[in-house]
Amino acid sequence: MPKKTETILVKEKIDEFVRSAADRILEWDDRLDNIALVGIRTRGVHLVRRIVERIRQEKGVVLKTGILDITLYRDDLDDNPASPQVRGTEIGFNVQGMTLVLVDDVVYTGRTVRAALDQLIDFGRPRAIKLVVLVDRGGRELPIQPDFSGSTVNTKSGQDVVVLLAEEDGMDGVRIMSRK
Amino acid sequence: MSWHRKHLLTLEDLTREEILHVLDTAESFKEVSTRSIKKVPALRGKVVANLFFEPSTRTRISFGLAAKRLSADTIDFVSAGSSTVKGETFKDTSKNIEAMGIDIAVLRHTAPGAPKMLSECIDARVVNAGDGPHEHPTQGLLDIFTIREEKGKVEGLNVLFVGDITHSRVARSNIWGLKKLGASVGVVGPATLIPKKIEELGVKVYYDLDEVIGEFDVINLLRIQLERQRQNLFPSIREYSRLFGINGERMKRAKPDVVIMHPGPINRGVEITPEVADGANSVILKQVTNGLAVRMAVLYLVSGIK
Amino acid sequence: MAMKRILIKGGRVVDPARKIDKVTDVFIEGGHIRQLGSVNYQAEEVIDASGLVVTPGLVDMHVHLREPGDEGEETIASGSAAAIAGGFTSVACMPNTKPPIDNEASAEYVFLLAERAGGANIFPIGGVTKGLAGKELSEIGQLSRGGAVAFSDDGNPISDAEVMRRGLEYASMFNKTVISHCEDLSLSGDGVMNEGYVSMVMGLRGVPKAAEEVMVSRDLILAAFTGGRIHIAHVSSAGSVDLVRRAKERGVKVTAEVAPHHFTLTEESVRSFDSNYRMNPPLRTTEDLEALKKGLKDGTIDAIASDHAPHSEEEKDVEFSFAPNGVIGLESTLPVSLTELYKTGILSLSELVAKLTCNPSSILGINRGTLGEGAVADITIIDIGREWVLDAGKFRSKSRNCPFNGRKVCGKAVYSIVAGKVFKLD
Repeated sequence: MPKKTETILVKEKIDEFVRSAADRILEWDDRLDNIALVGIRTRGVHLVRRIVERIRQEKGVVLKTGILDITLYRDDLDDNPASPQVRGTEIGFNVQGMTLVLVDDVVYTGRTVRAALDQLIDFGRPRAIKLVVLVDRGGRELPIQPDFSGSTVNTKSGQDVVVLLAEEDGMDGVRIMSRK
Repeated sequence: MSWHRKHLLTLEDLTREEILHVLDTAESFKEVSTRSIKKVPALRGKVVANLFFEPSTRTRISFGLAAKRLSADTIDFVSAGSSTVKGETFKDTSKNIEAMGIDIAVLRHTAPGAPKMLSECIDARVVNAGDGPHEHPTQGLLDIFTIREEKGKVEGLNVLFVGDITHSRVARSNIWGLKKLGASVGVVGPATLIPKKIEELGVKVYYDLDEVIGEFDVINLLRIQLERQRQNLFPSIREYSRLFGINGERMKRAKPDVVIMHPGPINRGVEITPEVADGANSVILKQVTNGLAVRMAVLYLVSGIK
Repeated sequence: MAMKRILIKGGRVVDPARKIDKVTDVFIEGGHIRQLGSVNYQAEEVIDASGLVVTPGLVDMHVHLREPGDEGEETIASGSAAAIAGGFTSVACMPNTKPPIDNEASAEYVFLLAERAGGANIFPIGGVTKGLAGKELSEIGQLSRGGAVAFSDDGNPISDAEVMRRGLEYASMFNKTVISHCEDLSLSGDGVMNEGYVSMVMGLRGVPKAAEEVMVSRDLILAAFTGGRIHIAHVSSAGSVDLVRRAKERGVKVTAEVAPHHFTLTEESVRSFDSNYRMNPPLRTTEDLEALKKGLKDGTIDAIASDHAPHSEEEKDVEFSFAPNGVIGLESTLPVSLTELYKTGILSLSELVAKLTCNPSSILGINRGTLGEGAVADITIIDIGREWVLDAGKFRSKSRNCPFNGRKVCGKAVYSIVAGKVFKLD
């Protein structure tokens, strides 16, 4: 059987996600300088940049941002031993009392988010941590749910959700690919 | 770029790409040390054994803290002198410790080749923390890391090692690493403490420090041991200090932005005067800080290899 | 038993002492060589040697058999068995046992144990000095009467030049050779391998070639001065070969030996940190290896000797820096020599056999090393075409510290015959 590819989100839908996410995020804290967006490498970082830009246009305010590399917090080092690569975490502000918004492209088993939460908490005690994802593809293995998602699709384990972002991939779009 | 080694035994073995991979990984670990909780769970449940068959407080503490910051459990085994002191061979001791279920053995030993021997007789990963005058790969890596941090590059730099090259594992590891990354390396010291054939490593040999000091971007001072004087390898500390010690006067001949390094512990007033050791060009304490990040990177990288 | 009449038929007989290299028969009667030639004798035992090489029984003039004192490493019986297995019908054992062979009784003890072992001939070498301490001469006359064939403090150099001078003078009274372990201890110090590029890279303490060459020079000067006979043991450096060559040209009574590891292996082997590459003198460089081969070819080096030095696995299986010096060689010397010197065309078969038979016999003054009529029937039969892999695990020696373990070689002893007693080898 050939690989089957199905486009579930086009560029316009991703733009809409960025706008809606920006609106929702602003509801989570009364003080804009108390909100920080933290992107999970790699595509979460690009989504953070887009959302922050949207808020700058709307409110004229640039929110604090950070980057998380969850490699050191993964629970599968023994299972995936090949060539560990650590690319660095950048949290350039004090997280104490902040409302942190964790941003990633896809939420699936929840393990990446778990690792990200562990890491964020090691930086201090935020007031709250929220989760924003572009695609919620189901299949959770941990009790973790997004506070806002751009799209929900039910996928099977033989399928991959591929998020394309212009910064990384030259174009925007989300596809589901079925493995043989 | 990737890492496939189960052990870190020498820098002679490593490729340029592997060295750069460790340095890049260490950059990330340096950031961990700036957090309020300076600890990551990467090696949770793993056991790192510090096997020190030669006394060394600094290196042992540095590896111990690196392991703890990776959430590993650590045990220390310290036994001065040769392995046969208590009638048990080095191999037997090592196998006994391995039977306790260790994942990584960090080994300091007086005998060159002991880490290689250990890697061949136990299943755990082995990190060489100094084997006699042979190599001290993490020290070489942390020195190169520090040079790169200070100068923004390694390639094309002129790096000078001063003092007892013959007995220096620090010099050997540095020379391998620096040459692979494209630096030029010189050595200066008493003729009795510069090994024959070292030129074959692509190293230039000098005897007059004042004549060449101005050519170098980095000067790494090696520790001189009094024991060498008893072995008649130099006549006196006073003469050594006059010929090869770095002081304020000598610094005037050096490049203004020269980086002064020392693997420690320092003999103040012998290899280096306090004004230079504590001066603006000295990165001696940065070396110690970077050592932690480099050792975290090494422990993390070898632990991931089956 | 040994009185049996034996006919060795159709072998290529190589007897360098008499410049013989031809296919013929050897007839043995009463433990002696009766005749060479294709004569139809009545023999109780016929050995078909067609396709094989028949040589005088091989002589290894430099072995350490560890008995008395370190019987866990080797005994005279196990050393004798190892010799037979390696094609050696005679060996000369060094006196550095515990206690050392430095008196008549201890020399006779070696003969007693050798006879009990019933294998190879074992000739004791007596100590030049009491306790091999390098201070006072041992009773060289009494030792000679007890059967010592030469004198040496091997293992230790004789550091005191005066003692070496007197030893040479005194031994010459009995027409005995002094075998010198040439090493200036102040220069060799705590070195564990050759001083050079590899020692520099590995941070191992080096032994400079000068440590050997300074002593070779001294001993050659003393031999010339005293008129005594000096034999340089285990020559390892190009400089030593050159010194011996020039001394021979001047007429100094000097002979020299080389061990197979020195003309086969270099310091590069030590990169493995395997203590089976640790010995004294240490493995040198390719340049030295070539000079040793040249010295063998032009006759500067008279003999090949194993310097068989057994050590237990417990002793050797430690850090390179802490391991004792020495490797075993009785069961590897012949195949390695054939492979490295004969197969490569460096030595003719006759030249190689001379360095394992008549030359060492003559240095030691023993009536071996030839197949002349009436000679003791010590014979080695060799399959020079046999390709095989050395396996130290199968050696008859009690020890396993062989640097050639696992090496592919060509040539193997298939019979060792000692005074007419036939040992058929596997």
